[in-house]
Amino acid sequence: MSGLTGVYWTLIRTALAEQLQYRAAMVIWLIGRVVQPVIYLAVWTIVAQARGGTAGGYSVRDFAAYFIVVMMVEHVTFTWNMFEMEYRVRTGEFSPLLLQPLHPMHRDVARNISYKFLTTVVMLPTCLLMIAFYEPRFELAAWSLAAFALALPLAFAMRFFLEWALALAAFWTTRVAAFNQLYFLALLFLSGRMAPMALMPEWLQTLAYWLPLRWVVAFPAELFLGQLVRAEAVEGLAMLGGWTVVSWGMLALVWRCGVRRYAAVGS
Amino acid sequence: MGELAYRVNFAVQLLETLLTLGTALAALAVVFGHVDDLGGWQPAELVALLGVFFLMGGVIGVIIQPGMQSLMEGVRSGTLDFVLTKPEDAQILVSLGEVRVWKLADVALGLTVIGLALGQVEAVLSPLQWLGFAAALAAGSAIVYSFWLILATFTFWFIRLDNVLIIFQAMYDAGRWPVAIYPGWLRAALTFLVPVAFAVTVPSQALVGRLSVDVLALAIGMALALLLASRLFWRFGIRRYAGASA
Repeated sequence: MSGLTGVYWTLIRTALAEQLQYRAAMVIWLIGRVVQPVIYLAVWTIVAQARGGTAGGYSVRDFAAYFIVVMMVEHVTFTWNMFEMEYRVRTGEFSPLLLQPLHPMHRDVARNISYKFLTTVVMLPTCLLMIAFYEPRFELAAWSLAAFALALPLAFAMRFFLEWALALAAFWTTRVAAFNQLYFLALLFLSGRMAPMALMPEWLQTLAYWLPLRWVVAFPAELFLGQLVRAEAVEGLAMLGGWTVVSWGMLALVWRCGVRRYAAVGS
Repeated sequence: MGELAYRVNFAVQLLETLLTLGTALAALAVVFGHVDDLGGWQPAELVALLGVFFLMGGVIGVIIQPGMQSLMEGVRSGTLDFVLTKPEDAQILVSLGEVRVWKLADVALGLTVIGLALGQVEAVLSPLQWLGFAAALAAGSAIVYSFWLILATFTFWFIRLDNVLIIFQAMYDAGRWPVAIYPGWLRAALTFLVPVAFAVTVPSQALVGRLSVDVLALAIGMALALLLASRLFWRFGIRRYAGASA
């Protein structure tokens, strides 16, 4: 295991050096990640005000707290694998990576972690600015925060496996743009980014319960905000853990099929 | 063969925009499960706004953005020098140089959505109101174009500006909702920094009969002022531009 740790340390250091060169571009990319939650927060604020102060149990300040936390959780867990894989396969950049003894996924994990680490410098002050401006209502509980600390890395892993596996669709077709867009559409509604799950129609909530996306973003956010009782927290952690295993299995399977196909296409 | 490529691009563009439209409509559906109107806007009126959003997006995507993007690329790669040697006005050449025909799919979809939404509201707009809408659209397009030209002119001094496109995309996305719902700082940014308000919200207000004369006058005034300012800035940039080999 120490071998892998050493490898990761090197990979992360390399990634940090690479990414620092593009720091201006990185900050610009963050604008989109901040504007989206701000948009939905504005919409739901109007809804709450129109309903006399609360909608679905959320007051304006509750909405503010929710969307700020969701913004941070989304930021920590998001990946760009699906865009990059298509680019790599198309340009043939992927071939040399496949020849190396190290599984290409490790490099991507390291780059993702490095990115998150670097962008914290911008996201954290932004988050604090938003807290100062929106005056969100936080009712935190120590045990819930501890559960959150457990759920977040798990959510990161699960989402990474899932999106890396989905990214491998690029092995079968280069027209992944529509497929990716469908995924992000599902992500928007099923993960709690568009609205707290409690505000979605019943049938959507049920659908989201049985799919992984809700456990990646909405669940850690609800844990942080102390909105769940212990039973629900345990249930959520179980779902999250279960989906992590499933997406890991899916990844392994798709990888094996994909590599075989990739090699076949070349020859 | 080129024809086929365009048709495929057209189809892909249409599919992408349909998905975006579907997403936006689904979001509206969720929101209107809780309220009857959003800040005074009825559901059908917000759908009309979506139509304007796609219409404008199409106009920007067909002619404004490609021209400015290839201008920025031309500064970086030095090919702008060839354009500058031609006798015609360089600004016209770079502005109309690139056309992405398949983006017309967005224009067509936007118009369709507007038509359907107005049909729902059973709105009958007077010729004057249609004129106001057309004027607002023209002003909005002119403002977006000037904004892009100013940005592109900056590449004479700051060559690595291609990521600015990302800022525009991110902030244009906010145009799917009426700008009035946003907090003051964002509203200001969407009016004076990235002109989304003039591109989408103002023409939509004209469609639903809520455009006041002073706002329209402001839009037209800003359009003229920015067209002049961007032209002057462009000429200043061209004069100072020593060429790629300098």
